[in-house]
Amino acid sequence: MSAVTEASAGAEFHAQPFAQIRVLARRSVLATLRQPPVWFPAILFPLLLAAVNAAAFNRATALPGFPPVDSFFDFLLPASMIQGVMFGAVAGGSDIALDIEDGFFERLLAAPIWRPSILVGRLAGGAALGAIQALLFIGVFSLFGARIHSGVPGFLVLVLLAMVMAIAIGGVTAAVGVRTGSQETVQNSFPLIFILLFLSSAFFPTQLMTGVYQQVAEANPITWVIDAARHLVVVGWSWSEAAVALGTAGTLAVLSVSMAARQLRKRLAAS
Amino acid sequence: MTTVSAAPSEVAHHISTVAVARTLANRSLMRIRRIPGAIVPTVAMPVFLLISFSGAFSSVVNIPGFPTDSILSWVAPYAVIQGSAFAGVGASQAVASDLENGFYDRLLMSPSSRFSLMLGPLSAAMVRVLLPFTVVLAVAAIGGLELTEGVRGLLMLLLTAEGVALIATFYGLALVYKFRTQRSGSLVQVGIFVVMFLSVGQVPLAVMKGWLHGVATLNPMTNILRMARQGFVDQITWADTWPGLLVILVGTLLFGRWAYRNLLRLTEE
Repeated sequence: MSAVTEASAGAEFHAQPFAQIRVLARRSVLATLRQPPVWFPAILFPLLLAAVNAAAFNRATALPGFPPVDSFFDFLLPASMIQGVMFGAVAGGSDIALDIEDGFFERLLAAPIWRPSILVGRLAGGAALGAIQALLFIGVFSLFGARIHSGVPGFLVLVLLAMVMAIAIGGVTAAVGVRTGSQETVQNSFPLIFILLFLSSAFFPTQLMTGVYQQVAEANPITWVIDAARHLVVVGWSWSEAAVALGTAGTLAVLSVSMAARQLRKRLAAS
Repeated sequence: MTTVSAAPSEVAHHISTVAVARTLANRSLMRIRRIPGAIVPTVAMPVFLLISFSGAFSSVVNIPGFPTDSILSWVAPYAVIQGSAFAGVGASQAVASDLENGFYDRLLMSPSSRFSLMLGPLSAAMVRVLLPFTVVLAVAAIGGLELTEGVRGLLMLLLTAEGVALIATFYGLALVYKFRTQRSGSLVQVGIFVVMFLSVGQVPLAVMKGWLHGVATLNPMTNILRMARQGFVDQITWADTWPGLLVILVGTLLFGRWAYRNLLRLTEE
């Protein structure tokens, strides 16, 4: 009787891609939460950077051209949130590589599951962690006086944005992880992702930059995401800014997930 | 019996400390050619710091109290000092690699002096400093860097950079001798990042607010950066030089002693 029940439950599980994604996403979240060395830097470093920058550059908020902010924390909130998400996304890509290194990936392939769930489950787990990070960052920044001027709608957009950006950046690291199967390579890709953040308006407004750097920063999609999200934090609610933030992040997510899916198909074809 | 016991001491007598140190330094420097990725923190990161900081924060020089109107003059010495610290880390990591692959055990069994085992990586670090020094300043020069004290400013920066590399190497060696793994490198890097970050690296004390002002005032790295920046943002003065020299001297003695003690412990085990 028990065997029959188990068999029917198993068959039901195999027939439901969403159930598989949920299980793999849960595994991804738990694996990250159980490793403090993985999630701790993703929270500590952006907060430390924000604390130092706020103390160092607070007087820069009086410079002509600086967005109208109450404090540098208001200005930094979206950037710090995305920076934290970037750290988490690298850990996600690294975990995929670990699955390949330790053979778990092969066992998943041997199981009768919907193949894309391997990737989708991991990215969904990353998105859930992104939401947790967003809540944490907004909470900590609020303690230091930061305020989201667009209220609850702005708050929801920020949380959603963190989830979509987790998928966008997680897609890139997943592509690297699936292609190379090497944790070290995924880790080494982090500086490249970090450069994207530095070459944007994350830490200073593009209006106060000069020359080529300003042009590069203005053409960087991360700037479009951060500037739009920043508008919701420091100015107030705007449908168009919310659409720009989520639309740009969504487009990046589609592109990066396509890239990861392509790498997954290649690996599946080779195995 | 006498011949056998005399032989090692005789050999030890002939192996000059300087010769061993030079050989070890060459071995360490050879890693740069064999593993180019190992010098990324020494060269690529300071150059990235120079470009990103001077690009993103170019307007901070307009804040009242900023001692220069050129962001490159402000950042270039900071980037060189960061690269020099990582030159020290790189030299200590070469020792960690030798400890992991067993080569260092053979060195410890040889009749060479313990001092030479430390002098080798120290010399390598001091040569490695020339990489960030030349590359960062070349990039800054292309960007329009101007010196307020000409060659004297460059020499002052080089002197400071060598001092920082000395301290960083001793710090790295102390941890490498203790943990005997290249993973200790991340611990060394975090220490350096935090010390540099909580100093006047980004903005001068006059511009800081709140807790960072207090921390940066007490941070010895602030004195080192003041010394390094003299010929770039202002005139060279003894008042801005001696605190930096004192930090380098005390840091060298403290971290040197720590590293040497850990080396002796390694030998005893």
